[in-house]
Amino acid sequence: MNTNLGHFNPLAIAFFTFFVAISLGITYWAAKRTKNTAHFYTAGGNVSGLQNGLALAGDYMSAASFLGIAGLVSLNGFDGLIYSIGFLVGWPIVMFLIAEPLRNLGKYTFADVVAYRFRQKPVRIAAAIGTLAVVCFYLIAQMVGAGKLIALLFGMDYELAVTIVGGVMLAYVIFGGMLATTWVQIIKAFLLLGGAILLSIMVLAQYGFNPLALFDAASAKYGAAVLAPGKQVANPLDAISLGMSLMFGTAGLPHILMRFYTVPDAKAARTSVAYATGFIGFFYLLTFILGFGAMVLVGQDAIKQIDKGGNMAAPMLAEALGGNALFGFIAAVSFATILAVVAGLTLSGAAALSHDLWVNVVRKGRTSESEELKVARGASMLLGLLAIVLGIVFKEQNVAYMVGLAFAIAASANFPALLLSMLWRRLTTNGAVASIAVGTLSSLVLIYLSPTIQVDILKNAEAIFPLKNPGLITIPLAFIVAIVVSLASAEPQAEEKFAEVEERIHIGQLLRDP
Amino acid sequence: MEDRAKALYELAAQRWRVALWLTIAMMAIYFGFILLIAFNKPLMGSLVAPGLSLGILLGALVIVSAWVLIFIYVRWANNNYDKKISELQIGEE
Repeated sequence: MNTNLGHFNPLAIAFFTFFVAISLGITYWAAKRTKNTAHFYTAGGNVSGLQNGLALAGDYMSAASFLGIAGLVSLNGFDGLIYSIGFLVGWPIVMFLIAEPLRNLGKYTFADVVAYRFRQKPVRIAAAIGTLAVVCFYLIAQMVGAGKLIALLFGMDYELAVTIVGGVMLAYVIFGGMLATTWVQIIKAFLLLGGAILLSIMVLAQYGFNPLALFDAASAKYGAAVLAPGKQVANPLDAISLGMSLMFGTAGLPHILMRFYTVPDAKAARTSVAYATGFIGFFYLLTFILGFGAMVLVGQDAIKQIDKGGNMAAPMLAEALGGNALFGFIAAVSFATILAVVAGLTLSGAAALSHDLWVNVVRKGRTSESEELKVARGASMLLGLLAIVLGIVFKEQNVAYMVGLAFAIAASANFPALLLSMLWRRLTTNGAVASIAVGTLSSLVLIYLSPTIQVDILKNAEAIFPLKNPGLITIPLAFIVAIVVSLASAEPQAEEKFAEVEERIHIGQLLRDP
Repeated sequence: MEDRAKALYELAAQRWRVALWLTIAMMAIYFGFILLIAFNKPLMGSLVAPGLSLGILLGALVIVSAWVLIFIYVRWANNNYDKKISELQIGEE
């Protein structure tokens, strides 16, 4: 197949420049309204449920969703769908266990909730480390997706492309804070859903608007195996481990949790998850069509030729269906997708560095608004530079797969401590800290010992730890550590304060500031 | 005041019960799906209709079931939980 990928493409660049211009315009508008830390971290808490639902969808549907899953499905068929489904089932968990209590109990970060009735310093440090570990892995995935996409769009160096993405994203975050990030995420959610719907309609139009005819064509071309579980889940424990990480990871993603502070109350938090789950689930159903569409209409060989990991399947499908114009549009949409997610990630990492570490640990809460805002912006800058470096180092990894690892850390380091701090009276400072520390360390170590690093990157013949994803071991381990350590030595002060926690979780802040 | 504390305690327990049961339902559905993939690949690959394997059908149904569970929760929270919460808030003032 002839493709324009990798060549200078004026139309694609026009779409892309248009989006950047609009988003920087929003940033300029938002920058004038971002005067204090509440604006910077939470857009002043005035985002509506519907707006936040869209922004959550925009924050969550990442390059992994669009580029990575379309690629995995196009190359592996059914196996890729396991990611689609896993990415959605975390949302009911967020709804039932996390969203409303988190909104009522915290202020800027999820550490606010975990640390509420415990000694601040150790919990804040642990939670900040858990946050930063997740943010780094997630950033790698996004930057790799961005770098490849822009490289193909402009035919420019991968490294230069990663640097440009980092730069534009930093402009949003540093100047526009959460307000700019929210609107970039909302616009991106519209563009991504619109783009996916358009592509799906064009694919289905060739099959009489019957998805089954498309799946049938895929199985006729590449064998019935593409509709069945296959080699990606050769090891059953791998499938379960990945499933656990995806399911509980969503409830431990710092950039998702942070969004619940942008709405005025718990009811709006509830509404926003309901909307978000609706949009995201619909989008993942469309990935079934996009992935199989790319498999049949573009062809596996052509996809692999451009990118071994399959990350370019969706833009290539757009080119096959609608030529240069549609390719340009979809490429711009993918770019918007990545920018919105990276901005959310950087903001949550910056909040951990400034709000948790600087304000509550170094300064012990005694600091001025303007100082915290300065530190937050400096932290954003630091994380942006780190994202660029990591994006360059981890160039060859599949995007959806790296996100799988980020989810493993989120599920093991953040989720158990967060849930138990709200639910279990007897949790102690030591229990929470030990859980976060063990969750983070055990996932990092097991990922290092896994086939991903040992075989794929270090080229060893075998890996010490057999599972690609550590969730099966590390999530239960983090829960057990929290429980055992807490039971080992009680913390009466924390236990007494639990009544206050319960009051606030349910009644909210109305009691204190009506 | 004593009554109020007790009512809040009971409402809190009730909310966590609903939340945990719904969580367990989601886990059962999703891990049931994953276990089928892990331990019975031929079954998941069998065709329900031309082009539609059982795996793809069940996968789509897992997404739909997530919507249904969320819908159940939102209805319960809007109709039941919120009402009791507002009674407790009024009781405080």
